[in-house]
Amino acid sequence: MNLLVDQVVSSYNYWIVIFLMMVGFYILISRGNLIKKLVGLSIFQTSVFMLYISMGRITGGTAPILLDDPGAVYSNPLPHVLILTAIVVGIATTSVGLALVVRIKEAYGTVEEDEIHRIETEKGH
Amino acid sequence: MAEHFPILQVVVPLLLAPFCFLVRHGKVAWTLAVFGSLSALFISLNLLATVLASGPLSYAVGGWPPPFGIEYRIDAVNAWVLVLVSTVAAMVAPYAQASVEREVEARRIPLFYAAFLLCLAGLLGIAATGDVFNVFVFLEISSLSAYALISLGQDRRALTAAFRYLVMGSIGATFIVIGIGLLYAMTGTLNMADLAERIPEIADTRTVKVAYGFLAVGFFLKLALFPLHLWLPNAYTFAPSAVTAFLAATATKVAVYMLLRFSLTLFGAAFSFDVMRLDRILLLLAVVAIFSMSLVAIFQVNVKRLLAYSSVAQIGYMILGLSFASVTGLTATLLHLFNHALMKGALFMVLGCVAYRIGSVHIDAMAGLGKRMPLTMAAFVAGGLSLVGVPLTVGFISKWYLILGALEKGWWPVAGIVLVTSVMALVYVWRVVESAYFREFPRGDEKVAEAPFVLLAPTWALIFLNVYFGINAGRTIGAAESAARMLMEAVS
Repeated sequence: MNLLVDQVVSSYNYWIVIFLMMVGFYILISRGNLIKKLVGLSIFQTSVFMLYISMGRITGGTAPILLDDPGAVYSNPLPHVLILTAIVVGIATTSVGLALVVRIKEAYGTVEEDEIHRIETEKGH
Repeated sequence: MAEHFPILQVVVPLLLAPFCFLVRHGKVAWTLAVFGSLSALFISLNLLATVLASGPLSYAVGGWPPPFGIEYRIDAVNAWVLVLVSTVAAMVAPYAQASVEREVEARRIPLFYAAFLLCLAGLLGIAATGDVFNVFVFLEISSLSAYALISLGQDRRALTAAFRYLVMGSIGATFIVIGIGLLYAMTGTLNMADLAERIPEIADTRTVKVAYGFLAVGFFLKLALFPLHLWLPNAYTFAPSAVTAFLAATATKVAVYMLLRFSLTLFGAAFSFDVMRLDRILLLLAVVAIFSMSLVAIFQVNVKRLLAYSSVAQIGYMILGLSFASVTGLTATLLHLFNHALMKGALFMVLGCVAYRIGSVHIDAMAGLGKRMPLTMAAFVAGGLSLVGVPLTVGFISKWYLILGALEKGWWPVAGIVLVTSVMALVYVWRVVESAYFREFPRGDEKVAEAPFVLLAPTWALIFLNVYFGINAGRTIGAAESAARMLMEAVS
């Protein structure tokens, strides 16, 4: 039992990541509102940012800025750089998504998935 | 100059895109797009010649040597993918002008070409790079611009199709980043050659297996493998014709390439097939995809949607070849990757010609077009025969190898399914042919003339390639075989 608790506590960052990931994914699947879907998508993506950043940390490591002390331990800066790129990608995705939602609103007058579906099927008959 | 070719073909379209956006002039933007895609074609043909003559090329971006910097690595596999993508782009770009003028609002045309160039740069980047995180970045560049391109369709359903593609595509891309992150955590490298070296030592850990699962599902979403294909039919149906022709011929093919590269070069055939049993999953999904999607295609009344479902089925053929886990099967996959791009590109371009003249691609609206637009519909027949797999077309070559691969394994039922679904392809192609040639033109003497030359020339150029590589197949088969051998033996 203690071992299990230790394992959960020692890898708490992964638990947070998985929790966020599932929350985002659930919102994405369960909500019919397109804006809420995008919120879910953003949370989903952000959980991956946390995954990368938390694995770049080294116990006792300092910020990766060169010190005079030759024995200094640095955190791994590479995941941060990667995630900087991924954040930009995430922003681009969200903004393209929001732009589409704006145009969907203009075209259909609603951002609810089921109403859009209803409008389309009614038009077909 | 020539030593920078591996990066230049990506950089040229990438840098031209903002100019399209800035000039705000349709014609200038179009010229830039044509220039960008022709230069990419020139460079990729050059690269292919170099690779075939003197082996793989490695290019260190920014002068940082691999594995520390980003490496661009061109070998016998991705040189072909680069040629494929840039060939289709070089055909679609000249074609786009007339087609896009008819289908896209004038003020959005420069933006269209900007997105087109970005999408091209992204697809070329995915194929050229030897760095896994770079793959993700280019994947998002190509996908985001593809969403924008699809949303430019005339019908408002293009918007919902693009949104759905955005959601599913982003989930796929995020799964891929998770996989890449787990691999990085285990190996400490992002360079593909480095990863290929380090993964076997730690292949037996759960993290690597989970990473494989995330990557595979991400690629399945991107390449529209049944049942993760739901974004595709609407996206292809409602996008502007030129966009459908371009994306159908390139985007899913590049995703198939990513799957091959990751599962065979990085993880190795032994791990993918013996440990993860990728072949069994793929065999099942591919057979269901081929059969069910061909069946669905038969009942479509919108010809664009018909061909979109047919695309999902055809992707099934590529995946079927991979599921044989043999050199012959993989040869079939690579051949069909190339060949399907040629035929679907051509067929969707034909539909663009039809939409240009009659404004619809409904099967009933196409009645009697065989007489009104003889050259256009002849191109459809030729492309359709290639899709069915009639001898003297490229479709025959890839199906031949697919059946060879199945028989090599002793899987008679699978070979039977390939034949039966080819007949189903004949049925859905025939429905269009029947409407165009054996029904009367419904609207009396209304003037519907042949499509203009600027649309017909690129369409027929692709049809010509369909027949050329169908008759003169030695070269593509040889290249696909050596590429397949390289992929299968990368580790063992």
